[in-house]
Amino acid sequence: MSQPLVALRDVNLQLGGTHVLQHIDLQLHKARITTLIGPNGAGKTSLAKVVLGLHTPSSGTLTRKPGLKIGYMPQRLRIDDSLPLTVDRFLWLADPAHKNERRAALERVDVAELQFKPVQQLSGGEWQRVLLARALLRKADLLVLDEPAQGVDVIGQNALYGLLAEVRDEMHCGILLISHDLHLVMAATDEVICLQHHVCCSGTPEAVSKDPAFHDMFGGAQIPAANLALYTHDHDHAHDLHGNVDADGNHIHGDHCGHHHD
Amino acid sequence: MIELLLPPLLAGLAVATVAGPMGALVVWRRMAFFGDTLAHGALLGAAFALAADISLYPAVVLMCLCLALVLVALQQQRQLANDTLLGMVAHTTLALGIIAISLQPEVRVDLFAFLFGDLLSVSFADVAWLWCGAVLILAILVFSWRRLLSITVDEDLAQVEGVSVTGTRILLMLLLALLIAGAIRTVGVLLITSLLVIPAASARRLSHTPEQMAVLASIFGIFAVIGGLVLSWFADTPVGPSVVVAAAAIFILTLARKKA
Repeated sequence: MSQPLVALRDVNLQLGGTHVLQHIDLQLHKARITTLIGPNGAGKTSLAKVVLGLHTPSSGTLTRKPGLKIGYMPQRLRIDDSLPLTVDRFLWLADPAHKNERRAALERVDVAELQFKPVQQLSGGEWQRVLLARALLRKADLLVLDEPAQGVDVIGQNALYGLLAEVRDEMHCGILLISHDLHLVMAATDEVICLQHHVCCSGTPEAVSKDPAFHDMFGGAQIPAANLALYTHDHDHAHDLHGNVDADGNHIHGDHCGHHHD
Repeated sequence: MIELLLPPLLAGLAVATVAGPMGALVVWRRMAFFGDTLAHGALLGAAFALAADISLYPAVVLMCLCLALVLVALQQQRQLANDTLLGMVAHTTLALGIIAISLQPEVRVDLFAFLFGDLLSVSFADVAWLWCGAVLILAILVFSWRRLLSITVDEDLAQVEGVSVTGTRILLMLLLALLIAGAIRTVGVLLITSLLVIPAASARRLSHTPEQMAVLASIFGIFAVIGGLVLSWFADTPVGPSVVVAAAAIFILTLARKKA
């Protein structure tokens, strides 16, 4: 495999006397979606912040591919109401490209109509799309998403994960996804890492879902194989922004259908 | 009349023009009280300048910067809230400044002029200096606008995208210190916050983009300076407070307009 985008070797992180991350080995590769799962307080966000360079490891090594461009999607940005900022202006901050490129990035994530809307009026799902557009505009090599599905309903989450898989295939960027929900994320993922301050288990979604450590972590929450399989092919139909399946649930095979499973 | 009013007018316009975009940043970043604290500390800087017999402006800028760094250091602890710290530092430095000035009986200083400004006494030389400073600050603002706005939107996001957050914050404090040093002679240390905050607040309702708000704040500031001078000329009121009252009047007028 080619040089990893980011490689962590035996990384430890102490925050205010707590040993948040213990002996973490992690490699993020291009065109791969890696999902971090684990209970609340397991250090998922801290690990993401180490990858982003917002936390410096207490020990261990962090290697980044030279010139790596990262696109970061926090859960949600809280922007003060005193700041008059449209989506267009928000994207301009990431990259002062021509207005048409900003429009194209928004069109790619199906929210072109938001271009001149004040950012304070965006819903959770709209924010995620706008942040994704911002990462696309910067041609990021690695996207880091912190709980992108919070405040978005199940079908909307599914649409978002489908979109991420498309982005991975088109841009060949690596994606690091943080989540605490299980099966929805598993479907769109190449590799799953279960974190509880240390890496409990990792591997493909199928392998991890059979790992006893994974079941221990979630208190025996069952993920039936059939459920996984169902979701694996769930992004074959078109969704609008809020995740409603178009045309009364009939499967509309869009132009992206079938491209993203090799 | 024009020879009398021209220097104060030009000086006031220089401060108001810069106070527009700077005030917008102060409002967005919720730094109003922070700016106020720096302004209070400016008086201590002025007292040191008098004691050491050095030039006023460098001493004030230096004092504001030291104070900004002290405040940043104090904010690292979590026991006391930000506004408590700022209130404490603001009034301690103000008290120290007044004591330091009173300990120098050989120096005749009009304390009132420092606190509330003395726009009518500025000379053409002052005006030249003020405009040099104004052009410098505006140039840096234009050059660094995207960085400044990025850290205002979200510091983590800015840092991930390669903006030096600490550097940009220090730059903003430096600019604020420069502006306060310049404004100390025009509206005075107690009123500078209002010239930063009121025009920017007035511009908010009428703006759709950050840049609109910054420019509109400058324009409102300019109106406030002209209005304040006119009021002062005809009603014989003190200039600094008149400018602030004019700014507040503009804010009230903007309330009549529907929100943009």
